[in-house]
Amino acid sequence: MVGLATTLGSGAMTNSIADLKEADVLLVTGSNTTETHPVIGMLLRNRARFHGAKIIVVDPRKIDLVEEATLWLQPRPGDDILWLNGLAHIIIQEGLYNKPFIDQHTEAFDAVKEKVSRYTPEFVEEVTGIPKEKLIMAARMYGSARNGAILYCMGITQHSSGTNGVKAISNLALLCGQLGKPGSGVNPLRGQNNVQGACDMGCLSNVYPGYQGVALREMKDKFESHWGVPLSGKPGLTVVEMSKAALDGKIKAMYIMGENPMVTDPDLSHLEKAYARLELLIVQDIFLTETGKMAHVIFPSLCFLEKDGTFVNTERRVQRVRKVVEGPKGVLPDWKIICDLSSRLGYPMTYGTPEEIFEEIRTVTPQYAGITYGRLESGGIQWPCPDVNHPGTPILHKGRIVRGKGLFVPVDYTPPPEVPDKDYPFIMSTGRDYYHYHGGTMTRRVKILNQMCPENFLELNPSDSKKLGVVDGDRVKIVGRRGEFISKVKITDRVPAGVVFAKFHFAEAPVNIITNTVLDPESKITDLKVSTVRIEKQGS
Amino acid sequence: MRITINGKVIETEEGPTILRIAQMNGVRIPTLCHMEGLIPTGMCRMCVVEVQGLENPVTACNTRATDGMVIETDTPKMRELRKEVLQFLLVRHPVECPVCDKGGECDLQDYVYEYGLQKAEYQVDAPIKEYKTYATTAIKYHPNRCILCSRCIRACREIVGREVLDLQETGFNTRVEAVRPERCIQCGECLAACPVGALTENLSPIKGRTWQAKRVTTVCGYCGVGCTLEANAVGNRMIKVTTHEGLGTNNGSLCVKGRFGFEFVNSPERLRTPLIRENGNLREASWEEALTHVSGKLKEIKEKHGPDSIAGLASARVTCEENYVFQKLIRAAIGTNNVDHCARL
Repeated sequence: MVGLATTLGSGAMTNSIADLKEADVLLVTGSNTTETHPVIGMLLRNRARFHGAKIIVVDPRKIDLVEEATLWLQPRPGDDILWLNGLAHIIIQEGLYNKPFIDQHTEAFDAVKEKVSRYTPEFVEEVTGIPKEKLIMAARMYGSARNGAILYCMGITQHSSGTNGVKAISNLALLCGQLGKPGSGVNPLRGQNNVQGACDMGCLSNVYPGYQGVALREMKDKFESHWGVPLSGKPGLTVVEMSKAALDGKIKAMYIMGENPMVTDPDLSHLEKAYARLELLIVQDIFLTETGKMAHVIFPSLCFLEKDGTFVNTERRVQRVRKVVEGPKGVLPDWKIICDLSSRLGYPMTYGTPEEIFEEIRTVTPQYAGITYGRLESGGIQWPCPDVNHPGTPILHKGRIVRGKGLFVPVDYTPPPEVPDKDYPFIMSTGRDYYHYHGGTMTRRVKILNQMCPENFLELNPSDSKKLGVVDGDRVKIVGRRGEFISKVKITDRVPAGVVFAKFHFAEAPVNIITNTVLDPESKITDLKVSTVRIEKQGS
Repeated sequence: MRITINGKVIETEEGPTILRIAQMNGVRIPTLCHMEGLIPTGMCRMCVVEVQGLENPVTACNTRATDGMVIETDTPKMRELRKEVLQFLLVRHPVECPVCDKGGECDLQDYVYEYGLQKAEYQVDAPIKEYKTYATTAIKYHPNRCILCSRCIRACREIVGREVLDLQETGFNTRVEAVRPERCIQCGECLAACPVGALTENLSPIKGRTWQAKRVTTVCGYCGVGCTLEANAVGNRMIKVTTHEGLGTNNGSLCVKGRFGFEFVNSPERLRTPLIRENGNLREASWEEALTHVSGKLKEIKEKHGPDSIAGLASARVTCEENYVFQKLIRAAIGTNNVDHCARL
């Protein structure tokens, strides 16, 4: 998000789900789309199978989408900037770049041209193991696409160099002029149902709703006048910084709503120590989660089928969520709990309905100004939507890059903070399973989903399994630098030799006991995709 | 080009099928095996129409209209043919609507009623062989109710791209089978495509009829695709999720979680009251007590250590409205920008 905000002026997915149909080349990287965004995955399969779209998958794992791909490049986890710069280099060398677009819509091209010149196909092959012929084919395919779309997800961003990875992607799209038209763009697939909405609403330590910076005098003035209180102009702590500050005794109280960090966040033992030091931990959720078990106070709340409101999907589409059933008797929706608490703290919030809150949102959030509950009755609207007659914006950067000129940013490869060594010879990467979701709070309580996927399993390459003397279904202990867990093994060539993969939904086999909290300096994202581990066979 | 349907002259582009043009011009032609978005096959023959100058009727779903065509869709002869099609389907399809999940929302049931069939006239003494398992435990297959329209097979192949299903055996034992069960992602696209009760969901014996259910269009609560779905509830109980073609950006498709992952709502493990930790254990408390306790404690911490000693984690799961008031609480009521959420993870 920080990466694209810097280069293009907006951090969100540039295009729409539906207009992926217009793409003749789709570069999919760091996204196991068919499992993590299944319905977009179906669309990609359909385009490849029935409409001749070419898919280039770049992923260390042989994900399901590889079977639909024209080309699959297999770097190691953490290699992204190498092959991305390598593609840019070839596209420039072969003259496949879009010179009129670069002249008219971008700046600082020469800096990138200079930077990528050392990422020759030979160099990239030497470090990543991607055969240079394949890299050249991929460059030609994307470089000569009529409409080329890039889709990526946490496989790019969840690295300590994640922001640079995003900038390298943005460079590639700018280079080929693949922005501002159907079937093109830079498309970060947002993970959860309303992660886009939570960002839009200013649930980020440095911005108010609508990405208006807290450190900017005029924004602070604006919100002080709307909210009628003096506000702090100092950016706050980000999620991982919060737990570090709690451990240092600087944060004394935390209020956690609808999240289960004790399963989903990196370095769980560190987190547990941090939360244990708090004087007050408030957890608000629909179930007693692993995080809830550490709380001083728990507020029960309602799930999405029990309340009204809006969610914003990955393509910036604001959509109405509608109440279907009554929640457990006496339980309040999150917004009512928050409003009540606020009033008790001396700052009354007296909204009667979610719609009243939404009306306030659209007065302070320029991107939402034209969206009303009434308009949402006939389907979602994609922001920005500046006024009530505006149809919404399916494609960003049309005719003009939001930032004015698209900014080329030269970036260099830096190795991940952890590299395999004698004691920890494997790279462990983490991600989602098709049958479960995030901390598993909901899906682990659905019988049929648990039947389909009852437990965690570690994907292990056959050559590694031979060396370790384990067979399919064996239990192994995965030992990392910060912790260990036990999991079943699934022997599969989905992972290359030397790399293992496990899912993070399972509290009883928690991969995040091992992951690290080294932060990307700009986005403050942690490196969840690369930790080093050793694997020990367990007696059966 | 210009064609005539039931005496009405229609100006239209070249290319679409007779069925498409009829639909666009408000002429209803019955269909069973046709489904928008799937390649038409013409196999059920419900959509037969008469074209002037042709000896035999044609199937409207897969016959392209050509300039000058004169088409009749609802002649006595066509109605007779359709009745015959329905009679042949009833040879195999038992009239067991009261015990069928699809009673009340079944295309076959509707046509049998509309065309005035009183009973299944043809009997064949050839019982359907026992059928073992379907591709997923989330769905039950009833071979005798199957009208072999192949919508499930085509939806799996053409929409989901998995090719799990195919027709197996011949004659009376023809049936849909999971020929590649290992490729099934249990998304239920086949279930949604079935026009009759041959595929039914297998989640819970507690069901409800369409006309009893409250059907609410809402958005799935799992991933960021934001699929639109219809949540069906009877009384205060979620009974199923339905979709239809054209619904939402997902165009009626869902994954296994969106279609089958709602059981948690009625879980007995749901939190029902606030809890407060006392002597190391969590105990039940009233809202009044819990909120007073929290607000008192927050005030105390803020006074003693300043607003920056307090932090909030918002949620990528709850609504925009809730996230908005949450960050407002942290910023305006507490006075710090220590508010963030898992977008960075």
